[in-house]
Amino acid sequence: MTELLFNIDDLPVPFKPGQTILEAAKAAGVFVPHLCHHPRLKPHGGCKLCTVVVNGRTQSACTYKVAAGQEVDIDTPELNAMRRSLVQLLFIEGNHFCPTCEKTGACELQALGYEYEMLSPHFAEFYPADREVDASHPDVLIDRNRCIMCERCVRASRDIDGKNVFGIAGRGGKATLAINSPTGKLADSDFAVTDSAAHICPVGAILVKRNGFATPIGERAYDAHPISDSVNVCEIAEEAK
Amino acid sequence: MFALEQAESPEKLRRIAIEPVTRVEGHGKVTILLDEDNKIHQVRLHIVEFRGFEAFIEGRPYWEVPVTVQRLCGICPVSHLLAATKAMDLIAGYGALTPTAEKLRRLLHYGQIVQSHALHFFYLSAPDLLLGFDSEAGKRNIVGIASAFPDLARQGVLTRKFGQEIIRHISGKRIHGTGVIPGGMNKALVLGERDALRGDIDAVIEWSLEAVGMIGRLHETEPEFYGRFGESRANMMGLVNEDGDLDFYHGGLRARDADGAGIFDHADYAAYGSLLQEDIKPWSYMKFPHIRTLGAELGWYRVGPLARIQICDRLTTPLAEAERQKFIAFNGGAPAHGALLFHWARMIEMLHAAELARALLEDPDILGTDLMADKGPRREEAVGVIEAPRGTLFHHYRVGADDLVSYCNLIVSTTNNNQAMNESIRKVATQFLTGHEITEGLLNHIEVAIRAYDPCLSCATHAIGQMPLQVELIDAGGALVSRGRKGF
Repeated sequence: MTELLFNIDDLPVPFKPGQTILEAAKAAGVFVPHLCHHPRLKPHGGCKLCTVVVNGRTQSACTYKVAAGQEVDIDTPELNAMRRSLVQLLFIEGNHFCPTCEKTGACELQALGYEYEMLSPHFAEFYPADREVDASHPDVLIDRNRCIMCERCVRASRDIDGKNVFGIAGRGGKATLAINSPTGKLADSDFAVTDSAAHICPVGAILVKRNGFATPIGERAYDAHPISDSVNVCEIAEEAK
Repeated sequence: MFALEQAESPEKLRRIAIEPVTRVEGHGKVTILLDEDNKIHQVRLHIVEFRGFEAFIEGRPYWEVPVTVQRLCGICPVSHLLAATKAMDLIAGYGALTPTAEKLRRLLHYGQIVQSHALHFFYLSAPDLLLGFDSEAGKRNIVGIASAFPDLARQGVLTRKFGQEIIRHISGKRIHGTGVIPGGMNKALVLGERDALRGDIDAVIEWSLEAVGMIGRLHETEPEFYGRFGESRANMMGLVNEDGDLDFYHGGLRARDADGAGIFDHADYAAYGSLLQEDIKPWSYMKFPHIRTLGAELGWYRVGPLARIQICDRLTTPLAEAERQKFIAFNGGAPAHGALLFHWARMIEMLHAAELARALLEDPDILGTDLMADKGPRREEAVGVIEAPRGTLFHHYRVGADDLVSYCNLIVSTTNNNQAMNESIRKVATQFLTGHEITEGLLNHIEVAIRAYDPCLSCATHAIGQMPLQVELIDAGGALVSRGRKGF
């Protein structure tokens, strides 16, 4: 059987029919940055970090299917500059204070900031004042200051846990992570610390309580190697939890 | 109201401002009001920046707090990390620490005392002490020390580095690491790390001993000047262990008056609110604590090295205790209160911390891997106190059932010394400035007195030598007579 090939950054890469660009790249050991994507979840196409150029047009690598002979650009100065801007926008849109966040060193957003050499927020900070912390649940803390609206938790709760605990309410700058409970509090939902959604957040917005800083500096997910050293980004971060 | 705190008719006086005070941590200013004969009428040390940590800690999860509050300071963040975690040990319901965890915390703390005291003495104060208070201002810095005393500067740099290396091995970073978590430690010290530290410790002890000898000899050259400079007779407070020995990490509170008579002893620091009271004054963001039973006028006190080594019964390490006895004998056996004696006391403490570190590096427990205590029921409120390099540090928290902090009160070391620093600079102004034409060198005398306390005015760090200084001389009519500026 003839091997199906497409090109990533001018190098031929094999793929299987039905694979997305992100899946095929990952199988070939090529790093494609992403935040909203998770291998256990359906492709979402939300964060746009995985934007690539396919035959001259920008596409989301997590949703776009590979076809034979496609020319895909992933690691180019223009795309990486755009990714840096996207990461900066995510930082300024919330209240991300890495020095005291327990996710520091294992945070995918922070790791991508390093990857794309983000030296400053660049854009004016929003400093949103209405990002509520929900500590009502006995085992899990929600810190909306750090939420990037990637909807991993929304999809994990709905599609893996079968509970539908989370949703995004509001629009634009007023969008917020909403809890599906009579009071809007996590404690009044059927959420449990054993749910997949409790362990799938790429940043420090959903945290298992009383675990903070238990992993020493040097042993956190991205201490020893940059995020681009591994194509299995999500798995690495979860193993480190 | 204290003498020289408030002039009767300030509008008729001319004002000199030293802003910012240099070679201290943080940002502060001194204002001096003089009449036409240069007689001093008012002297104040103002802390003019506001940090607000106590407010923005509220609503945060308790396990995050130690790592957050250590960002108060770039010089001794370990102090805040430890004091906060001691409180959170109790809040989280942990019992006694494992021997290894407590020893690692102590080693971390001793490393911090070595690096902080070395930084202060060699980088910040040695330029005044060794080059002269009114020596050329452009050379009165660590570069000037390195040029005039290269061996001393090298020893200072390496001593500080040793302390930083202890911190790095235990907390993961030289500054703002983790390591310490409620209930214990997150990382064991491994053999290679221990051996690297053990290889350097003897030299650090030797250099510390030399530094103590050097400052002692300096005092011998002019005992009256060095002993009485910025002298302010104060009550003294610090932690001691059950035997009355100085304990930097844990103990009961002891306070003694200026003559050494007891005020309270082995007091439970969790009850600090019944022992101390904090007042505020409109001209400073730093509070003014005092011993409650004595009132504000008589109850202000001094903390830090000069208080600690004079209220304890003993230092538990032989070299440091021998030096402490020399210090006491030199001062006639009674408590001494000259501001410059802080330096001597600080070097004795650096020697003590280095000796304590050596003992721990030789203790097999330090390589243990049992790092976490057993956990019991949660508590809602706790106080953590340690002896930070600059003095007694209080962290007090209440945490709700949801694990979020609902109340935070911090009394940082420098706050305890607020009134004492003000009294010392008033004494210096009276001793050296009044009736004289004000020069940069004379103004530096004021800063020398402040530096002696090693204040952490904002618990923040700045680049040494890059802080701008502006001194303005304004006549009685408010017109600018002259202005000196540097670093702008």
